[in-house]
Amino acid sequence: MPATASPYLLDVLQGFVHELRAAGLPVSMTENLDAMRAIEFIDIDERELFKSVLAATLVKHHRHQKAFDVVFDVYFSLFSQGIPGEDGEEGEGGEGEVDLSGEGQMGAGDGAGQPVSREELAAMLLAALVNMDRDELRRLAGIAVQQFAGMEPGRPVGGTYYLYRTLRMLDLDALAARLMGMARDQGDVGEGQLAERLAREEVDARLKELREIVEEEIRRRLVADRGAEAMARTLRKPLPEDIEFMHASRDEMLALQHAVYPLTRALAARLAQRRRRRNRGHLDFRKTVRASLSYGGVPAEPKFRNPHPSKPEIMVVADISGSVASFARFTLMFVYAMASQFSKVRSWVFIDGIDEVTRFFNESDDVLEAVHRVNTEADVVWVDGHSDYGHAFEVFHQRHYAEITPKTSIILLGDARNNYHASQTWVVDELRKRGRHVYWLDPEPRSYWDTGDSIVSEYGRYCDGVFECRNLRQLQKFVETVAEG
Amino acid sequence: MAERFESVDDVITRLRKADYLSDAGIAGVVFLADRLEKPVLVEGPAGVGKTELAKAVAEVTGARLIRLQCYEGLDEAKALYEWNYKKQLLRIQADREHETSWAEVESDIFSEPFLLTRPLLEAIRAEEPVVLLIDEVDRVEIETEALLLEVLSDFQVSIPELGTIVGARQRPIVILTSNNTRELSEALKRRCIYLHIDYPSLEREKDIVRVRVPDIDETLADQIARVVRSIRSLELKKAPSISETIDWARTLLYLGKPQVDPEVIGETLHVLLKYQSDITKARKELEVPEPEAV
Repeated sequence: MPATASPYLLDVLQGFVHELRAAGLPVSMTENLDAMRAIEFIDIDERELFKSVLAATLVKHHRHQKAFDVVFDVYFSLFSQGIPGEDGEEGEGGEGEVDLSGEGQMGAGDGAGQPVSREELAAMLLAALVNMDRDELRRLAGIAVQQFAGMEPGRPVGGTYYLYRTLRMLDLDALAARLMGMARDQGDVGEGQLAERLAREEVDARLKELREIVEEEIRRRLVADRGAEAMARTLRKPLPEDIEFMHASRDEMLALQHAVYPLTRALAARLAQRRRRRNRGHLDFRKTVRASLSYGGVPAEPKFRNPHPSKPEIMVVADISGSVASFARFTLMFVYAMASQFSKVRSWVFIDGIDEVTRFFNESDDVLEAVHRVNTEADVVWVDGHSDYGHAFEVFHQRHYAEITPKTSIILLGDARNNYHASQTWVVDELRKRGRHVYWLDPEPRSYWDTGDSIVSEYGRYCDGVFECRNLRQLQKFVETVAEG
Repeated sequence: MAERFESVDDVITRLRKADYLSDAGIAGVVFLADRLEKPVLVEGPAGVGKTELAKAVAEVTGARLIRLQCYEGLDEAKALYEWNYKKQLLRIQADREHETSWAEVESDIFSEPFLLTRPLLEAIRAEEPVVLLIDEVDRVEIETEALLLEVLSDFQVSIPELGTIVGARQRPIVILTSNNTRELSEALKRRCIYLHIDYPSLEREKDIVRVRVPDIDETLADQIARVVRSIRSLELKKAPSISETIDWARTLLYLGKPQVDPEVIGETLHVLLKYQSDITKARKELEVPEPEAV
């Protein structure tokens, strides 16, 4: 059995678990203990194995993997060249030259410190990329970061700034072109579009890996400079289900989009199960008698008819002006991804004019494409393109009031920032009286409600419920309540 | 206690002998499952080899595979044990003429001969080494999950009439698979170590194809893996799984195609993709022609 983990490592591990919890991952006591036991069985110098063992014991949701990766890279970046043990302590103590000068083994062949010209470096990188020699790439990334990133100890700049500086000097596009050229010369690229595409994807995959290696190198040096905890804090990001719709960055939007589908699928499965199980049907007399024959005529096992649950009809009316647009988009995606849970889904979008967009969703089975068409083709501007809830609701009432049945649930989406137009709350009141439920979803934090031109309470008075809906977690919970009827 | 694997490398080599190509992540978790004696929860898209992993582990450890296929409506009687009502009724009826006391009858009909063992109990009572596979655990209702908990954490079953039945031998390796159609309960996840198997890297997929389709030559396997990677990068309803890649490789071999060109892909794309909309999309993106009508 390998040697027991050193107390130093256990300390690092505790800090690591602490940071995971701070990042929102639910790590229980049992899992923590499992991880500590687990690392006794493996050789912690094998970084990939060490990482996968920690992930297996600490992370139980695939969508948390990314958050785990970041924290792991920060906490154990100094371990990448084996466990430093006492060296690590020393590194943190030694002022100024903390690792930024590069290590002994960095650039061992060329003699550390001796600058390498850009051309030389590019040529070496190219050779390493052709053979995909990862150790060599790591060594070269070290040289590149040292020469081009211009890192200064203690300078409060994010890693992205250094990454940008390094990558600009490495000129990945030129590298890509040269790699493609070399592949072509060697006859690796066949004729036609397809061969071209496959070769390009291969080049892209390799460069992506290089980029990650450079990123890792920068992070390693930053951690050496500032310490793991400080770095982890700056890199801490919300989990996909906690990202706020209103303030999501482009990357976060993508993360959200990837999280939506599995979530809806999981939710749909659960709801379908629950609906089927709730209220069993009436007693099926014939089946019961037949089953009783195997118990000597004793009706020991009552049989029931299959239930016929009713599914709600949904009408979604969403504000898609400026700030709340991304929220409306996600809600529409969510509702349509769950369309099988409802007997009928219809949707409208508005700014100051209103337009039905059900057709986009019916015409295409790709929800993303449909949402895109909603954003580009729907006719939602009436006068000036500033939200006018009152007018939009009035038109909705005029055109569709008759189509609302007692089975219809209506969901209104928006921040109710009405630009001081007339509110026309009577529409909401009438909708509720005729339909089954009217719900309002507001993507703003509750504390902002009714500030400025927001009049959510005025409408809320006539709704069956007003919900704060800032992230996927809240949205999911809401859809659950609606589908339950 | 005899350990089933010596090291992580040992896991990799032995699984490879069973034609299962693992990587450090998969092998590490299997190794841990052996050492920590904890069940493994394997999640991932359909067709990446979750069930295969259990089969391969059983094969290389010389254990019998006991499989509990989960489905909606699975209950205790199908997963753990059941009293054989019919036999019990017969016993009672056969007894009418004799003057046996009720207590005697009762203790008799709630004894081993009247017990029908189901997979979980079978695994606990097995004398020989076993691997327990609980397949597609996400299909049972969340309430039913609870009946697995006792088995997973203590590897025992409580039967009110008989008391607690504890596995006498070394705990078997337990593998649960889930296609992630719903979130499993925290209680279940806590008791397991977790493994997410994703689509393999280019190199690994190529190796898998070469192992599973031994007659294929290296260039073709390489091209196949590249095309599949390219298709997976599209936004599809259902990306091709490893098993579909293998089917495709077999198809190409069977048709005697020496290499992958657009025409060949066009003719055989339906082996990889199962939705018409996906096929249309892949055709457009890869610029592959429609197959000629026969």
